[in-house]
Amino acid sequence: MAAPKYRSLAYVQQLLRSGSLCMEQLVAHYLEQIAATQHLNIYVEVYAEEALARARALDVRLAKAPASLGRLWGMVTGIKDVICYQDHEITAASHILKGFRPLFSATALERLLAEDAIVIGRVNCDEFAMGSSNENSCYGPTRNAADPERVPGGSSGASAVAVQANTCLTALGSDTGGSVRQPAAFCGVVGLKPSYGRISRHGLIAYGSSLDQIGILSHNVADAALMLEVMAGPDGFDATASSVPVDAYSALLAPDRPMRVAWFREVLEHPSLDEGVRSLCFDFIKRMEQAGHTVQAVPFEYLDYTIPAYYVLATAEASSNLSRYDGIRFGYRSPSAYDLQSTYKRSRTEGFGKEVKRRIMLGAFVLSAGYYDAYYAKAQQIRRLIHDRFKAIFQEFDFVLMPAAPGVAWRLGEKITDPVEMYLADVFTVTANLVGIPAIALPVGVHPDSGLPVGLQLMADAFQEKALLGFAHHLLAQP
Amino acid sequence: MQIDEALIFRLEQLTRLELDDAERQELLHDLNHILELVEQMNSLDTTDVAPLAYVNAASTPLRNDVVGPQATPEQALRDAPRAADNCFKVPKVIDL
Repeated sequence: MAAPKYRSLAYVQQLLRSGSLCMEQLVAHYLEQIAATQHLNIYVEVYAEEALARARALDVRLAKAPASLGRLWGMVTGIKDVICYQDHEITAASHILKGFRPLFSATALERLLAEDAIVIGRVNCDEFAMGSSNENSCYGPTRNAADPERVPGGSSGASAVAVQANTCLTALGSDTGGSVRQPAAFCGVVGLKPSYGRISRHGLIAYGSSLDQIGILSHNVADAALMLEVMAGPDGFDATASSVPVDAYSALLAPDRPMRVAWFREVLEHPSLDEGVRSLCFDFIKRMEQAGHTVQAVPFEYLDYTIPAYYVLATAEASSNLSRYDGIRFGYRSPSAYDLQSTYKRSRTEGFGKEVKRRIMLGAFVLSAGYYDAYYAKAQQIRRLIHDRFKAIFQEFDFVLMPAAPGVAWRLGEKITDPVEMYLADVFTVTANLVGIPAIALPVGVHPDSGLPVGLQLMADAFQEKALLGFAHHLLAQP
Repeated sequence: MQIDEALIFRLEQLTRLELDDAERQELLHDLNHILELVEQMNSLDTTDVAPLAYVNAASTPLRNDVVGPQATPEQALRDAPRAADNCFKVPKVIDL
């Protein structure tokens, strides 16, 4: 990909202040980029007129009342099709929600708009955020800009490509098991999943409620940090939104002492880990050591249990969350329904795609009488063990390093017929969701053989975003 | 554990989904394949481990009990597949 014309919000604001750029030109530039990348199938709806109108209004305010401009003046963002924007269609890339227009905006989005961000459009994703390749969408797959024959990752695949292809400065995604970080890695951009509860989930279409978090895709750590700072904090509409104080994430302070970073031998010696990704991991370890940090291998005996536990818990929660789509109050109703039961059954059967049905069925199975203890309760016990192990690691270490994915972006269609193979692509990302900790995927270079982007992730203890973002920012800033 | 066709029928009823024969066979295969993966959990001893349902320890905060924004009936019905007389219209539920 060509280097972005506008690489950071700080740079955009500098141009805006100097008068060499105005908001209308900026939005027009991104609209041209969107038009030029239609073959990648990133956007399902572009808010061209609305974005231009907001841009012109901001240009007027710069002339008349510059002090009134918000912190995100100059931020042009795309939103995943699972984040509510009042009176704008939202579908979760599903036939079952075609035409649905929410009555309110997500709290996270409200906060961005209040700081003068502009939403340029709604981007594709896997249906109900269920997938690792962006192929499970009623709009068809989004393609990776680094190689359009390859997937962008998922489920926030199009959010990653929107940034990668320079159609916006940042994009919102959601991350239940890696859906921000894995596509970020596949597309060579930054992907941040905050701690569970850091950003309100009000207005985020629910998938796995104990795991879901809104996340940010960006060109750099600084933009992700500022977006987080604006969106984070308690919310009267979401009791799970944490009241832990929101730090000045955007300060991006350099670590004031050598940091201690752990990595897992079980991960870097995992048979599924690609050789090129492995060598980039060790390069990164060297880079951290050269910067004066302590990097050490520690045991993590639960790696092989993370995917089974995750898929049991996520599908159980999904089967419950998706029971609301019944064809009665909103969304699709089958025209062939003749009574109440057939309204439910036919609307859901015709409205949901294959992977969503598979996960609803699996979730209903693990929750059903006779199987609950063997699967659901067992997975919750394993979640406790993984959680406690990470808490113990964070007693001694500041961060954990892992690859974001076992390999690089695969070819379209390559894994779509085997759900297990697709699920295993999440092996390094689901842990952060199970434990509820923040994790950031960082682009660290290209694969030595394929030249495709590779991303690694750093994780920190819950609500330690400030340290995590500062550390990541200063590491990437070093040559 | 092997999922059989009878169990798939039961799950269809529980989830209010209905599959045709080809879909049912495919799902049967897929779910059994996924269960092989899931059953790796059995090799881990979790005796006396308390299940973890929720990661954040803090108690649920209560907001003041005041009336917030509400949807009007017109708004609430705006996205309904069918509506009439300020109500959601559904197929007949009760036989008289």
